Amino acid sequence: MNNIITLSNVSYSYNKGTPLEKKALNQVFLSIDKGEFVAIIGHTGSGKSTLIQHMNGLIKPDKGSIIIDGQDTKGKGLKELRKKVGIVFQYPEHQLFEETVYKDIEFGLLKHSIPKDERKKRIKEIATILELSDDILLKSPYELSGGQKRRAAIAGILVLQPEILVLDEPVAGLDPAGCKELFNIVRQLHLIKKITVILVSHSMEIVADYADRIIVMDRGQIKMDGLVDEIFSREDELRAINLSVPQIAKLMQLLNQLDSTINSKIFTVDKAYDEILKKVKKNHD
Amino acid sequence: MIKDITLGQYLPGNSIIHRLDPRTKLLMTVSFMMVLFILNSILSLIISMVIVLSCYHIAGISYKYAFKGIKPVLYVIVFTVILNVFFTSGAPLLVWKFITISKEGVNSAILVSLRVLTLITSASIMTYTTTPIMLTDAIEKLFKPLKKIKVPVHEMAMMMTIALRFIPTLIDETDKIMKAQAARGADIGTGNIIQRAKSFIPILVPLFISSFKRADDLAIAMESRCYRGGEGRTSMRVLKFTNKDLFAFIAFVLFTIILFVLQFFI
Repeated sequence: MNNIITLSNVSYSYNKGTPLEKKALNQVFLSIDKGEFVAIIGHTGSGKSTLIQHMNGLIKPDKGSIIIDGQDTKGKGLKELRKKVGIVFQYPEHQLFEETVYKDIEFGLLKHSIPKDERKKRIKEIATILELSDDILLKSPYELSGGQKRRAAIAGILVLQPEILVLDEPVAGLDPAGCKELFNIVRQLHLIKKITVILVSHSMEIVADYADRIIVMDRGQIKMDGLVDEIFSREDELRAINLSVPQIAKLMQLLNQLDSTINSKIFTVDKAYDEILKKVKKNHD
Repeated sequence: MIKDITLGQYLPGNSIIHRLDPRTKLLMTVSFMMVLFILNSILSLIISMVIVLSCYHIAGISYKYAFKGIKPVLYVIVFTVILNVFFTSGAPLLVWKFITISKEGVNSAILVSLRVLTLITSASIMTYTTTPIMLTDAIEKLFKPLKKIKVPVHEMAMMMTIALRFIPTLIDETDKIMKAQAARGADIGTGNIIQRAKSFIPILVPLFISSFKRADDLAIAMESRCYRGGEGRTSMRVLKFTNKDLFAFIAFVLFTIILFVLQFFI
């Protein structure tokens, strides 16, 4: 397969050389293929945020190397790399600063010296995808509602057309509808434009719904790495590091105890719905 | 990115210096600074430097860490040394073409740099060993008499506490915003001076907005807990002078006398 991200033996500590030194990453090996949808889970302080900040050279590893699409993050050309890897940080609306939403979305494009016509075209395109009307584009970002602000901020990153999109808790503080909307957009980009998506989330439901592969982090190391079904089948191990499985999985396990013909290895609400409906229909007949 | 500033950061510990009353530390630091300005001989300044360094030793703070804190000031010191060495007139020590180095110049260069270094290291030992909260407590208590002439001592101390409390928060926030903008392709602090100044706008605007919001939230939180100024307010930690403080004061006075004796009689 086509490797796009390769981390080998990466270690990183904060506050090096002071009494407050803290090891955030410890000998991490990881490779991600082009077009994958990967979720990173782990409790607070397990090194998730540090890991993703390595992916566009915001943090350089103390030891080891990171190759993104053939480019070492320690080398030159960080700007190009940052165009390729878009990171949506937690609460991205905190980065809005321009007079109008339009100008804010344009900021990254200007920094990468993209010609005017192209800028206009891309902003229009991304505004349509994220449902930002012309009206909103001319408003000050500080006049918008929470959900609109979030979408405006994400537009400012997506407009650079990254090949790898990294999302750090993108729906924290959003209402359920806004959450679903946002993930549907991400899924579309993933399916249609074939971009690689890396998602950091605390919500096992979201992870089960959207990701293909899960990476579990604990104390600066990768504890587990595998497909969604495989990782969520190892409930005890997840519990040991204060993580859990999606709530629907617990229900399916209970149902499985009552009736062993019900599949217990189901982790999304949609699939559980189908399975239960199938079972009920069968009993009805 | 900007988290490497160590000057003035509290380092937890349990040494005798950590346990001194913050008022003692504050008073001694201020008086020591005045002493440093009066001292005029290299020998007494070297001895005061040694005293300060032994305080670091007692407090269990590594010299390496102390040095890291004074690094940013080193440029200023180098600059004053150059100024003093080359531009003080007096008995020539070395003459080469148009450059004359005088004895007085070298002397005052050493004096000034020693004085600045000792000033900074002595002030930092206080902040290294005292939490900001303790420090503002001490300030409030020491300035209490000024209340008689209508100086809003409590309010000023509260403002200081809040300001100090939010320094790490703001540093974190700045770091986050810098990273977010850098991820969008902003290059911060590069190019000519105008570009450099402009490159800070994307950081400063969000920082201002969030600070105002934070201030608003804090005011509401304080009011909802019935905060209404310093009238009749008691504090959780009651400061108390102990024998340790007496001992420290005596030691301080003794050292000061020795320093002055050295200066005037040798």
